[in-house]
Order: sequence, then C-alpha cells, then structure tokens
Amino acid sequence: MEDFFQWFRWLYDETGINLTILYDSFDRERMVRGFFNTIYLSLICLALSVVIGLVGAWLQGSPLKWTRRIVQGYIQLFRNTPPLVQMYFFFFALGSLMPRMENEYGIMEPVLSNWHWAIISLSFFAGAFNVEIFRSGIEAVPRSTVEAAESLGYTRLKTYIYVVLPLAFRVCLPALNNNLVNLVKTTTLAYAIAVPEMLYVANQIWSDSVNVPEMMTFLLLAYVVLVGLLVHVMNRWERAMRLPGYGV
Amino acid sequence: MSSSSETAATQATWTPDRPIVSIHGVHKRFGDFEVLRGVTFDVMKGDVVCVIGPSGSGKSTLLRCINALVPIDEGSIQVAGQEVHDPKLDKLALRKKVGMVFQQYNLFPHKTALQNVMMAPIQVLKQDKAEVRERALKLMKKVRLNGKEDAYPGELSGGQQQRVAIARSLAMNPDVMLFDEVTAALDPETVKEVLVTIRDLAEEGMTCMLVTHEMGFAREIADMMYFTDNGVIVESGPPKEFFANPRDARTKEFLGQIL
Repeated sequence: MEDFFQWFRWLYDETGINLTILYDSFDRERMVRGFFNTIYLSLICLALSVVIGLVGAWLQGSPLKWTRRIVQGYIQLFRNTPPLVQMYFFFFALGSLMPRMENEYGIMEPVLSNWHWAIISLSFFAGAFNVEIFRSGIEAVPRSTVEAAESLGYTRLKTYIYVVLPLAFRVCLPALNNNLVNLVKTTTLAYAIAVPEMLYVANQIWSDSVNVPEMMTFLLLAYVVLVGLLVHVMNRWERAMRLPGYGV
Repeated sequence: MSSSSETAATQATWTPDRPIVSIHGVHKRFGDFEVLRGVTFDVMKGDVVCVIGPSGSGKSTLLRCINALVPIDEGSIQVAGQEVHDPKLDKLALRKKVGMVFQQYNLFPHKTALQNVMMAPIQVLKQDKAEVRERALKLMKKVRLNGKEDAYPGELSGGQQQRVAIARSLAMNPDVMLFDEVTAALDPETVKEVLVTIRDLAEEGMTCMLVTHEMGFAREIADMMYFTDNGVIVESGPPKEFFANPRDARTKEFLGQIL
C-alpha cells in the first residue's frame, strides 16, 4: 500500500501533478475524514428530509386551514430562496440569537454548532421539496382505490398505511431520487459555515499545497462516484418496487 | 365500547323474517342537486335485486349509501337491523355485513390476487393468517381463478380482476353483496365469466343487490326489479312482469332503448 502511495510522490516529482491527499498521510487523513463527513451529513439530511416530507404531506391533508397554510408557507419560503442564503440565515441570524453554554475548555459556545445548523438548514431545504413530492404521490392514488379499502372496513389511518402510502411511494420514487441527489450535492454548501466536508477539506489542502487543479479534479470525480452510487442504489430499489403490469 | 354493544343489541332484534336491507324515504343531495328523492324498498335475505335506470338516476349513489360510503341527508337505511344513517354508526360492523364490488374493480395493485383477498380479514378483522389463507384459496377456486393466486392485478384481464374483487369482498363473510355496474368496464367476452360467478353466488342464497345494464342477466337471476329515474323508484316488480308489461311510460321508453 505504501508503495502505491509513494508512486504519487514520484508522479509529483516527475510531472508536477501534486496529489498530496495520496502520498501525504496528514492530507490523506483529513480528506478521508472529509469524505466521511460528507457521507454522514448526506445520510442524516436524507433521513430527516424524508421525515419532514412525510409529516408535511400528512399535515397538508389536515382539515385545519391554518395547519395547511403554515405548511404551504414553509414550502414557499424554502423553495423560493437560495439554499446558501438559508444556511447563512440559520447560522448567522438564528445562530446569534441562541443561548451560549460553557464547553469543556471553559469557553462560551453556542448550543447549536455549525454542524447542527448545516443539518437543520439542509434538511428543511430538501424537506420542502419532499413535501410536494409526497403530496403528488398521495394525490396520484385513485380515490376509487381508497374507497375500496374503506368499503372493506379500513379506517383512514389503516388505509394510509396499507394502501395509500405503498402506492404513493412508488409513484413519487423517481422524483424523490432526483431531490435526494440534489441534496447530496448541496451538502457542499456547508463549506460556507466551515463544516469540514469534502469541499472544505479540499480548500484547506490546496491552500497549503497550492494544488488547486488537482484537488478540483479529485472533488469532481469523488462526487461523480458518490452520487453515481446513490443513483445506482435508488434505481435498483425503484426496479425492485416495480409492480408487474401496473402503471406502464 | 358502547357502540359495539349497541350494535349487538340491534343485531339481536333482527330476525330473518324481517328485511335484511330496509331503505325508507332516503334523500341525498349533492349541493343543489337532489340525487335521491325519497327511495323506499326492502330486500329480504337471499333475495337478488336488480336496480336499473338511466345514468344519473341515482342507482350507484343508492348502493354507496347502503354501506355508508356516501352519507344520506334524510330517511333511514337499516342493514340487518343496524341503522346506517346514524352519526354514531360503527362503520366496521356495517362493512363486515356489506360487501361491495365496483365497476373499476379497484383491486390493490401492489398486492397479488391472493393477498388482495387476504388483506382485509387479516388487517381489519385481525383473523388468523393461516386460516384466512386457507379460506382465500377456497374463494379463489370458487371464482375459478385457482392458479392465478400469485398474479398481480396488472397481470390479469378485466374479468379476472373483477372476480378477484368479488372474492375479496366474500372473504369478509358479508350478509349482503352490492354490485355496482360490475360488468360495465369489461370486454363483451369477459362479461360472461363475471356474471356466472354472480349467478353461482345468488344460487347459494347470497343476498345480492345489483346495479346493472345487463338486462338479459337481470331477467334471469333477479327476484325483484327496480327502475329508477330522477332519484325515485318509478316501477318495480318481479322480472317476468316487469319486462313483459312495463306500466310506466318512462320504463317503457328506457326498456325500448336498451332491449
């Protein structure tokens, strides 16, 4: 393994292509951490945004006018503003209003860190789109299918669990995939509030080693692989969920 | 559980010599439009009743009122002694008694034919899975679909799907079956297989209410015919008389157009 890494030092000496993240163990470790931070951030936000989407879609079906209006307002706010502005708003505007707490070194620190704000803002950003996606899926389930369930004695909740959601999910899976891919790419914005994900780490490395083209190329390829993997998994899932003879 | 004890009490008062479905003075309005304007008739246990009439005359609405898919505005509908027009209605108790089959089959497309039949008894009635499965297999055989248990609705023809829908309703062991134009969406060749299934049921003594445009079939299996127009029952009678000597001008005109 060490020979493999040292080959890149030789590559640098011979050609000037400087991939410090391979031959320099310090850079390598930061990049690996950055990579896993990106994955961690993505997975948490994926999960939270799906939960927000499901809850929002359920609340949108509420008989209370104000509940529906609040959900609608949330969607408008997050869909019509840039995600970077949202993140700055959360971190700088809301973050400055948060109470501070003493940390283990005796320094006063906000209760919510930049990590927390990144997770919150990204989840709400993707969640707003997920609400609309799930709602469209739920609306695509024919009223007559719901009636059939009712006439078999299903309650509203049981109809939702056993009939509406399984069908709605299949309808909205392609749109959901698109939004989740978007979310993974948008995690790079966390760079702006110093969350050490891949882009942030790459920036640190090229500041030290002045190897901007190499790091940018690496980043681009890393995201191709990462998002490609997600798309592959989601496509397989979509295929596995496909119903023979339905909706074709 | 006051509602269930109440229904138990009303159930106890129902005896087979009384109508299993009793419809009295039923009115139903959709906005300004009055679909049902005072419909009254009784169905005895084991009877096969056919309701015919021009579209928009309220036939389907009437069936949908019987299992409370649509609430009524006035009047009374009793199913085996249980009042449907009651704000405290125990819908589950009612829907256990009344099976319904729709024009568009409305099967659950994400479940196989057998699972469609098994779902409600397991998920709604919480019956034992193995027992339900055994009964469901028998029902599949009864509707002549053995061998198609694992097919998804999308893989079945319209007639086959409709027979699964019938089996799905029967799995709840209903006292009354409602058929809402169940052959209207089918190819002419597959209509027959569904009608044969319904006739089998009728011959076994199942109480059936059909809204249909299949006049030949209605004449063959009905004990009683009802002709509706503009939300009222215009004419009724045993099929022989009904078809041979319709008295009302509207019935004559309608039958003249159809036959």
